[in-house]
Amino acid sequence: MLTKIMAQNSIVEVKGLVKRFPMGSSGFFTALKGIDLTVSEGEFMGLVGPSGSGKTTFLNIIGTLDKPSEGRVDVLEKDVGSLTSKQAAQLRKEEMGFIFQSFNLLPVYTVFENVEFPLLLLNKSAGERKKRVMETLEWLGLTSKVDSRPAQLSGGECQRVAIARAMVKRPKLVLADEPTANLDAENSHNILRTMLKLNEGLKTCFIFATHDEKVISYLQRIVHLEDGRIAKDMKVRSSGTL
Amino acid sequence: MMKLLKLVFRNLIGNGLKTWLNVFVLSIAFVLIIFMQALLQGWDRQAMADTVKWEIAGGQYWNAKYDPFDPFTLDSAVSELPKQFARQYETGQIEPVLIVSGTIYPSGRSMPVLMKGIRPGQKLLELPTTLLMNPTDSTDIPAIIGSNMAHQAGLTENDIVTLRWRDANGTFEAQDIRIAGVFKTFVPTVDGGQIWLPLDLLQKMTLNPDKATLLIKSKEVNEAPVAGWDFKDVKELTKTLRETLRSKAVGQSIFYVIFLLLALLAIFDTQTLSIFYRQREIGTFVALGMTKKEVVRLFTLEGTMNAILAIVLGAVYGIPLFIYFAVNGIPMPSGTSDFGVAISDKIYPAFPPKLIVGTILFIILVTAWVSYLPARKIVKMNPADAIRGKI
Ligand SMILES: Nc1ncnc2c1ncn2[C@@H]1O[C@H](COP(=O)(O)OP(=O)(O)OP(=O)(O)O)[C@@H](O)[C@H]1O
Ligand SMILES: [Mg+2]
Repeated sequence: MLTKIMAQNSIVEVKGLVKRFPMGSSGFFTALKGIDLTVSEGEFMGLVGPSGSGKTTFLNIIGTLDKPSEGRVDVLEKDVGSLTSKQAAQLRKEEMGFIFQSFNLLPVYTVFENVEFPLLLLNKSAGERKKRVMETLEWLGLTSKVDSRPAQLSGGECQRVAIARAMVKRPKLVLADEPTANLDAENSHNILRTMLKLNEGLKTCFIFATHDEKVISYLQRIVHLEDGRIAKDMKVRSSGTL
Repeated sequence: MMKLLKLVFRNLIGNGLKTWLNVFVLSIAFVLIIFMQALLQGWDRQAMADTVKWEIAGGQYWNAKYDPFDPFTLDSAVSELPKQFARQYETGQIEPVLIVSGTIYPSGRSMPVLMKGIRPGQKLLELPTTLLMNPTDSTDIPAIIGSNMAHQAGLTENDIVTLRWRDANGTFEAQDIRIAGVFKTFVPTVDGGQIWLPLDLLQKMTLNPDKATLLIKSKEVNEAPVAGWDFKDVKELTKTLRETLRSKAVGQSIFYVIFLLLALLAIFDTQTLSIFYRQREIGTFVALGMTKKEVVRLFTLEGTMNAILAIVLGAVYGIPLFIYFAVNGIPMPSGTSDFGVAISDKIYPAFPPKLIVGTILFIILVTAWVSYLPARKIVKMNPADAIRGKI
């Protein structure tokens, strides 16, 4: 009975995940060497480990941007390995938000247009788009920057726009790869607090890939990756205790 | 679709100067192509119209033995006016022309010519044959020649020149003729190497009473089969002219094809570069839930939109330009008459809708194609690498 409820609430289910990259003329490099992991709804967790341990590779597979070589990965009850690229795009469009190390805002778009973009892909009406974008920008304290272009913003502001873009469609899952790597300490804490607030308020599940102590100090659960394997999986605090 | 267009416009406007540069170059290519085509069409039309006015009218009946490319058979290619045309001959709806070869001796040189006899009162052709009326005395032979012929022979109005010919019996005769007028025409086939004389005089001089080589028909007369005469309609008579114009057109079009290629190369280049430089953006599009196919479509449409904007821009400055030249004509440099086809001092370009629509479609399709070629690369990108701009 208990396991059934757990299974229903799990957002990511990974069993025996292996990822190999072709290397050289005939060889392979194995980046992930058999990973089992379950992530539940509303978690605020991170993949932590040294450079090259496979954090980004793992995150990309969860984000359906890459496919497992072996094993099974279910994200939001979909088997990532067997999704067509169209189905994967659909899943990302409807249920996932991405936050990148280098923000990846669309340089020619204004802040408003950047945040609006996911809603445009979802064919939302102009009225609804405007309402949701403004609401999201308000959460992130960006209302005064609506018409600015990314080049006119500071790094912290850019990353907040990126968070707004990830959150505007209220996804079930947000994947953030080194979101603080290009930010100073103050801005890092700032956006981490914001994300934690969104996690607690909207029950959005956040998965980070990071080796930044600042990020780690906010996590509820830390999954240590070492050389493509899970070395430790620790629940460090409960929701709402920071 | 609306969604895609919206994105395309955001990207194009964001690209700023580069977009406008491409659009500008493409619009020039576009206006030039239409303009050159219109010029050729206008030229074509004018040359045809002139030829009809000066030489063909509503078509010609040729003596069955007449071969314009064989001067040696000319003497035998004459026969009497068919009886069935007696009435039209009276009303001037049929004009006989007698063609005999001869030689003139301007300032001591000898120069072979075609003597063409035509009734001075004819109204079918633009030739100023009224100048052939009113001989000064019984021995006077008035003649008119085209300006090219006048130039070749060094003759001017009122000059006297000796003409020598062979009559129907093969006897050589010679007499002085008077240049009663020099006319300007854009139809070389009634000008170079030709002397127009009064029909009755030429018939008398060559002992060919009532005979003719060809009969020019007015448009009002229906064509009818005549024994010993072959009817040639306007289309057939202008066949060589049209072929010449066609080959000139091909020569001219090489120029604007090169220009179009340059414009397309600029677009291809911009597209290739932008796909290289914007891979992070492409990765982001994919991460945000666009399929690669949608991204390819976006970039292709973005390139194609260059052509559409170019058409709009081209229309802005092209239409006034087209109207101006269609009304005022384009002066042609002198010496172009050496082309060997009818060409007037001024050409009025013609802009048939088919030409414009065809050119627009052609440019849009070709632009779409050069935009699609580099965009295909997107499909091969690994989105995870593209996001970090690692490729
Ligand atoms: N496309 C690829 N082809 C070949 N090898 C790859 C590819 N992507 C990743 N790798 C390798 O897999 C290993 C894990 O890479 P990954 O990017 O997941 O590490 P990471 O934990 O995110 O490191 P970092 O902290 O530096 O971002 C690395 O050794 C890397 O070289
Ligand atoms: Mg990484």
